[in-house]
Formats: sequence, structure tokens, C-alpha cells
Amino acid sequence: MEEENDTRKVNNSFLRDHNYATEADIISTVEFNSTGELLATGDKGGRVVVFQREQESKTQPQRRGEYNVYSTFQSHEPEFDYLKSLEIEEKINKIKWLPQQNAAYFLLSTNDKTVKLWKISERDKRPEGYNLKDEDGRIRDPATITSLRVPVLQPMDLMVEATARRVFSNAHTYHINSISVNSDLQTFISTDDLRVNLWNLEITDRSFSILISSCFPSTGSPSQLFSFLCDKTRRLLVSINFEEPEDPSTRSFFSEIISSISDVKFSHNGRYLMTRDYLTVKVWDLQMENKPLETYQVHDYLRGKLCSLYENDCIFDKFECVWNGSDSVIMTGSYNNFFRMFDRNTKRDVTLEASRENSKPRAILKPRKVCVGGKRRKDEISVDSLDFSKKILHTTWHPHENIIAVAATNNLYIFQDKVN
Amino acid sequence: MFTKGTKRKFSDPGEEPASSGDPGPAAPSAAARTLSSSYSLQRQSLLDMSLIKLQLCHMLVEPNLCRSVLIANTVRQIQEEMTQDGTWHIMTQALAAAQCPADRLVATEVLCRQTDAAAQAGQSPKPFSVVGLQEGYHSEEVVMEGDVETEVTMSSLSPLSPQLSSASYLTGPFEVGPCWEEEDEEEEEGDCEENEEEDSEGCLSDGEERDQDHLNADSRTGEKVFGTFEIKHPASPPDPALEELFSDVDPSYYDLDTVLTGTPKMGPYDLLESLSSHGPTALSSSSSCRSDLNELDHIMEIIVGS
Repeated sequence: MEEENDTRKVNNSFLRDHNYATEADIISTVEFNSTGELLATGDKGGRVVVFQREQESKTQPQRRGEYNVYSTFQSHEPEFDYLKSLEIEEKINKIKWLPQQNAAYFLLSTNDKTVKLWKISERDKRPEGYNLKDEDGRIRDPATITSLRVPVLQPMDLMVEATARRVFSNAHTYHINSISVNSDLQTFISTDDLRVNLWNLEITDRSFSILISSCFPSTGSPSQLFSFLCDKTRRLLVSINFEEPEDPSTRSFFSEIISSISDVKFSHNGRYLMTRDYLTVKVWDLQMENKPLETYQVHDYLRGKLCSLYENDCIFDKFECVWNGSDSVIMTGSYNNFFRMFDRNTKRDVTLEASRENSKPRAILKPRKVCVGGKRRKDEISVDSLDFSKKILHTTWHPHENIIAVAATNNLYIFQDKVN
Repeated sequence: MFTKGTKRKFSDPGEEPASSGDPGPAAPSAAARTLSSSYSLQRQSLLDMSLIKLQLCHMLVEPNLCRSVLIANTVRQIQEEMTQDGTWHIMTQALAAAQCPADRLVATEVLCRQTDAAAQAGQSPKPFSVVGLQEGYHSEEVVMEGDVETEVTMSSLSPLSPQLSSASYLTGPFEVGPCWEEEDEEEEEGDCEENEEEDSEGCLSDGEERDQDHLNADSRTGEKVFGTFEIKHPASPPDPALEELFSDVDPSYYDLDTVLTGTPKMGPYDLLESLSSHGPTALSSSSSCRSDLNELDHIMEIIVGS
């Protein structure tokens, strides 16, 4: 098996935009389905693009299952809340796949206020030989019909269509930040900053509401975390409270903001929890609430720049984090289109860059380094040269293989291990 | 990229200046500048920045709750610290004193007396730290020295531009810190329940009421998250000024959800009008204060809890 922090990652990027970035194309979420066959991305313009991995072909073994566009649809439209005189953004905050039960694929996509259930299905046959319609669809005059025939299904070019099957709305006062599907496949939950709503997939006009009573860090107390998991035994695990005592020597006006948690992910084996705050990633043992098992510094060189980052709002950026399939490596994004991987076993880490200029397709990624001291080596980048507008907030890892998808503003990069 | 060296990292007063974050281009005579005055300048600019952020985010799209709360907490931390070392009181006095451009000079003098060290250090005038501001603030790009900056910020908000009138400044704390309205609502719960029948969407729904109960009941959170704007102490009698302020206002407008998620049904101008209709309360020594600045001052008094 490849070392995860080995730099041999092949760039199979799929770039959606070319020369200029329109705001609507900014990718806001990425998610593999449970088999890794499909990869869904949502963007700021409310669109969902689904990629499908092509079957591995014997004739071209080096194209080990690349991802191609499978379906594109407009999931959400911008709305206007007339009561509050505010826009509701169409940006897709989260996509979650439902486990596959039949030939069609189902996913939940959500913007700030509304969750939608989409069905993505293929059509590769169509009926031909109608009696009352001719081939162009024009209605025939019944008087001209002299014989009857049974329409026959003829093959056609594959068409993938997406239809909205359910719309779950009007249940959140604040912005929906995550959704999670229960393993019973009948219910799912949507959460905003203060409330968790439990929905039945069949019922769109009602939901159960669970209130989170104290989910914000308060001054002088450690950051707190609440997370919800619908685990395999179908229990809804509510309010796991993890706190790490604060180090008083590092206290500043920004302590609370940087300890605010931007993402939570359970490990695949269900024993660990990973949290991302502004400067670190922490792995927690579910049995131990007062201290993380492991803490990894993502970009500690920013600690001295917090005031500037507060000014330009970057300090509020919400980075995601992700486990690999075997829970041995964790990954998260940073600025300047960098993303970081940490091997939990070897304790090695690597910084890689997702950028068109610095890596050609199928090239192996070169590790990057940020220089914090005075002397800058040749390939290093100084902290002041980092581009804070290029942030990698959304990343995801294939459930079984070493394939990762990284969203860099409006571009999607897919990297996989190099074959020996 | 952010401008280089605009701000230093905020360090605690005990820390050495050398160890604090990214040293920007130091102002002239940095050596003469005492740590405490540079710290208080930084703190002041952080406060200004935070207040602007709180206002600006209510423009088009619904503000992100988490961000608003974090910024509000930052404001509160600064306010607590400034209250402890007495500079908050100075700032509110300066606000009270400022009435018209001519008076600004008086205020300057008053402040300069307090911050001699800063004046003597001859630091370069720090431009008002605007972050991403567009219209309305152009006329406010007055470069002032030292702590006067604060006073410029607040007083000049009112007359010159409608968007940045004191109304919007007032709605800033209102929208972010609803706790003090909530505290009042506990008294006026009777009204609220009556209203619930009449106005189905005005008053608290069950879920939202639980919101409130949780936030009020969980004293640690409720107090700490919205502590800045919490004016009532359990034992004290109701503040008559506060009562007057809110007597005509339908408390249902100020439940947590509507306030935190955008302007309530009442627009900012309605709010200003309703405040003005109560008449200025004579908290400031001068009787010739303009009503809008007086309202501002009144609000500041409430925040400070004097």
C-alpha cells in the first residue's frame, strides 16, 4: 500500500473553468458516495455536478478509472425572504449521498434554508412505435390508424436525468451547515447553528426539532463541540461534549475565534472524532472528552497574523477535514491552494498544492513548504507571499482507495496514487 | 493579500512587544511609545473593526450566526477589558461631550489630556480602519489622532449618511445583543402570550420560546454569549429609562431569532423613530444635545450599566 504522505500523487484534475473565475462557479462542497463511484460537487450558483468513475479498461490501464461528468443540474435557486428583506443564497452547503438501493442514485443537497432530495437516474431506452403519435410527437388523426402495434423499447444515447423528489423547507431559522443520513435510510437530520431537525424522507412538512443549548464557545471557557451521529445501531447520539482546557498563556482576543470548530468528522471505524479549528486538527478518542489524542498544526505560522486575518475576515474561514478509508491519514486544506496530510502512524506530514500552474496533469505533486524564519530556501514560500484568496476549504477522500478530491475555488482537482 | 504590517498581533499587556506577531512598519518614535498605549490603540481599532463588521453583515444576505456571535464576543471582551481599566468610561464621556464639529475639538482636548503618552509619542495619525466599506464612510475618513478616533467614528455616524446613521449603529447592538430585550421580555411575558394569539408570527413560537428559555436558563451561555448587552441584574429594580425605551415596542419583535437573523419587521429607521418618540432622557449634562446622539449616549449608558 502506498504511503499516504508519500508525494506520489497523480494529478487527474478536472478543471471546470478556464480563464476567469465567476463567483457562481466557486465550489462549495464535495462528496464521494459510499462506493466512491460517484463524486458530487456543489457550487455557489446552486448547481450540482456529479462525476462518475469510468470502468477500468484493460486497454488503457494507466487511466485507472478517471472521473467524468455524469450529471449536472440546478439544485437550488436564489430566493428572497420578503419578511426580512434578505436574500437566501443558492449556494450548496452540503451534499450527502443516500446508500444505493436500486438503479437510481439519490442525494440530499442543501443551501442555507432548504434541503432537497434528488433522484438521478439513467435512461438508455425509449419507447418507439406509438399508435397515437408519430415519430415526431405529433398527434395522429385516429381516423388514419388502420392497425395497432405495441410500442417497442429501443436503445438510445444514455441520458442522465435528475429530478427533485422532495423538498424540505421552512425548518431552519439560521443557516443549515450540515446534513446527515441515518443508516435506517428513512430519516435524516439537518443542522443549523442552534437547532437540529430530524426529518423523515417521506414527509416534507414536518420535522422534529432538537435544540442545542450551548454550542458557542464563551469567553474564558474552552471551546465546546456538539456533534450528532446516526450510527450503525440506529441510535441517535446526541451532544457529545468535548472540551480541552485553554492555555492561559496564549490567550488573546482571538482565542475564542480560532478555537471555534469548523468541521467535525467521525472516523470510519467509529472510535475517533476529528475536529478542525482555525489552526489545528485534533483527533479525539470518543471515550476521552477532556483532551485530544492527537493535535496537528496545520498552519501555525498564521498565529502571528491573526489581527490581519480578522480584518480581512479570513479568520472566519471554515476549513473541512477528512479521514482516509483506513483512518490512518487525515487531510485538511489551507491557504495558497495548499492542503495538508498527516499520517497518524508515522507522524509524518506533507503539504501539497492544488494549482494548474504548478502541476501538470499526471505529474507527481511536489511537496511544498512555507518558510517561517528569516532565510527562505529556493522552493519555499514565505508567509507574506501566501495568497489568502486561494483557500482550500472542501476536500474529500474516496471511501476505499487513495483518491482525493480537492476544491480550489472554482476548480476541482482529483488526485490519486501513482501506480508503480 | 492583506496590507502588510497593518496590524500587529494582539498580545497581552504582559508580553514583550518583540514577541508579538508580525511587526509592521512601526510608527515613528515607536521607541517612545509605551506598550500600554499602543496596545490600547490596537484594541481600539479592533473594537472599531468589530463594530463595522457587525453592521455590514446585515446588508444583503442573512448574516452567519456563528460569525456574528464571535464578533460580538470579541466586542464584549474588549468592552470588559476597557471597563476594567477605565477607558470605556472615558470613551462614553467623549461621546457625550461630542455634539457638533466644533465640539469635536473640545473632546479631542479632553481625550488628549488622558492620553498624554500617546500624544507625546507623536505617533503618526492612524487612519480610521475601514474594512471593505463603501459609500457613506467617505466623508468619515477623517484622520484623527489617538483615541479621538473612536469619538469620530460614533458621532459622525449620525448626520452624514443615512445608512450609517446612529440608527444603524443602534440596530447593530440591538440585532446582535438581544439579551437585554429578552430580559425585559421576561417581565412582559404576559403581553407576549396575549400577542401570541393575535399575531401568529410575531411572537415566539414554541421552538423559539424554548430557544429563549434555554438561552436564559443556561446562565453560563446566555450570560456569556450576550453578556455585553445584558443590563439587568437580578436584584435591581427595573431601570425606568429602559422601561420607557421599550414600553411602546412590541416585545415580540425582539425575540432571539428575528433579531439575530436580520432586521426585524421594524426597519432601522422605525427603530430610531420609536426611540426618538420616547424623548431623550437627560443623561448627558448638556441639554442642547441633538436627539440622535442623545439616543446613542443613552444606549451606551445602558450597555455600560451605569
